[in-house]
Amino acid sequence: MLDFFVRLVRRDLLLAWRRRADVLTTLAFYVVVVTLFPLGIGAEPQLLHAVAAGVLWVCALLASLLSLHRMFAADHADGTLEQLLLSPQPPTLLVLGKVAAHWLTTGAPLLPVAAVLGLQFDLEQSALGVLCLSLALGTPSLSLLGAVGAALTLGTRGGGLLLGLLVLPLCAPVLIFGAGAVSGWGNPGAEANLLLMGAYLLAAAAFCPWAAATGLRIAVE
Amino acid sequence: MNGAAGGRSALADHNNDGLSMSGQGKLLYRFASPQAFYPLAGALWPWFAAAAMVLGMAGLYIGFLVAPTDAQQGDAYRIIFIHVPAAWMSMFIYIIMAAWAGLGLVLNTRLSSMMASALAPTGAMFTFVALWTGALWGKPTWGAWWVWDARLTSELLLLFLYLGFMALHGAIDDPRRADKAAAVIALVGVVNVPIIYFSVQWWNTLHQGASVSMTAAPKMARIMLWGMLVMALSFWGYAIAATLVRVRSIILERERHSEWVARLRAA
Repeated sequence: MLDFFVRLVRRDLLLAWRRRADVLTTLAFYVVVVTLFPLGIGAEPQLLHAVAAGVLWVCALLASLLSLHRMFAADHADGTLEQLLLSPQPPTLLVLGKVAAHWLTTGAPLLPVAAVLGLQFDLEQSALGVLCLSLALGTPSLSLLGAVGAALTLGTRGGGLLLGLLVLPLCAPVLIFGAGAVSGWGNPGAEANLLLMGAYLLAAAAFCPWAAATGLRIAVE
Repeated sequence: MNGAAGGRSALADHNNDGLSMSGQGKLLYRFASPQAFYPLAGALWPWFAAAAMVLGMAGLYIGFLVAPTDAQQGDAYRIIFIHVPAAWMSMFIYIIMAAWAGLGLVLNTRLSSMMASALAPTGAMFTFVALWTGALWGKPTWGAWWVWDARLTSELLLLFLYLGFMALHGAIDDPRRADKAAAVIALVGVVNVPIIYFSVQWWNTLHQGASVSMTAAPKMARIMLWGMLVMALSFWGYAIAATLVRVRSIILERERHSEWVARLRAA
């Protein structure tokens, strides 16, 4: 079973490496959208410092949403997904493999980029550490919730936009706790945000693979 | 693919009819078939609609004419006779909708999924009414149309969950596939309902705590409570009537190629 998981992740990473432009587009999107905020709301350092956590988190959410439709679409189009579902391995494992690959190609690369962007928003060093920690805890939840949306919207009309409507409301707690952890850092009780994000991640890891696997079965039915 | 799914569900219905059940179980199974439920829904909805009308008039009479003016909020508080029942219904209908959708997913019964799709617009409407009346109440009382309070935000998310359910259902052409996919998203979204309900306890923000609870004595005058309960019953009646009318339309639309609908059209 572990072998199946590792092979699946390795295959997806290899595919991502062959199409490096896709991964880089997500990162470029992140940087560009974050850059738009100082242009839009003005460049006063105090203002930027106050909104930094929220901006970096919302943009991370959008960047991870941008690449979600790719999670199953190519495999669905060429029939690989049906073969994978026919295999004796549990479909939840298939979902977990896909989620892991998605996180490694979009969530994880955001961490160093977010740290650099945080410097541009005048965040202190300790807050930068918390930002990376909160993104490391939060982006896997985004990938897990996104897998549910991606599986359910396979082969539907207007899949991409619909995906946003389905997934973003469910991601709201991650955003609230993630941005809260960074902006409230240093105040008493701010660690609770990180604990809640961990709890959310565990709950998502328990339920989302099941829901996404059901979605995949419905899609190939 | 479509034909195969249709054939299987027809077979499932046939099996259900053939099961030798105890009296009550048999009755339940009989009305699980859209064909049997269609006339039942047609007979029931006028009663619920009439009850909604009568109770609504009584509730509004109590709320606007009998109930006294509030000492702190003046007459602005009277919006709660619509706001609170609408907010209750918005959460309750979501749970019922998810339960029907889940039943349809597990038992593969067509009528359950049709009930879920019929409930969604009514639930979304009540969510919108709760948000809108809340804004009308917030302006004179809090001094703002909208605050980013935990309860308001989670209620807004509930509206998005309803819209997502309907949009996903609408985006898939095969109705059986649409039912199942929408059922999964409805079940995933259920986590939001307890968050809304307990938000005023978990986060001590601007929205006040629950006015009515099962365990404690209500924190309001008895007549105000009565007005609210009567309005809630009226909304119940409206929700049931609207859902039954809508499910009848859905049944006709989905079963339009079946023999009994053709007979109905000929008659």
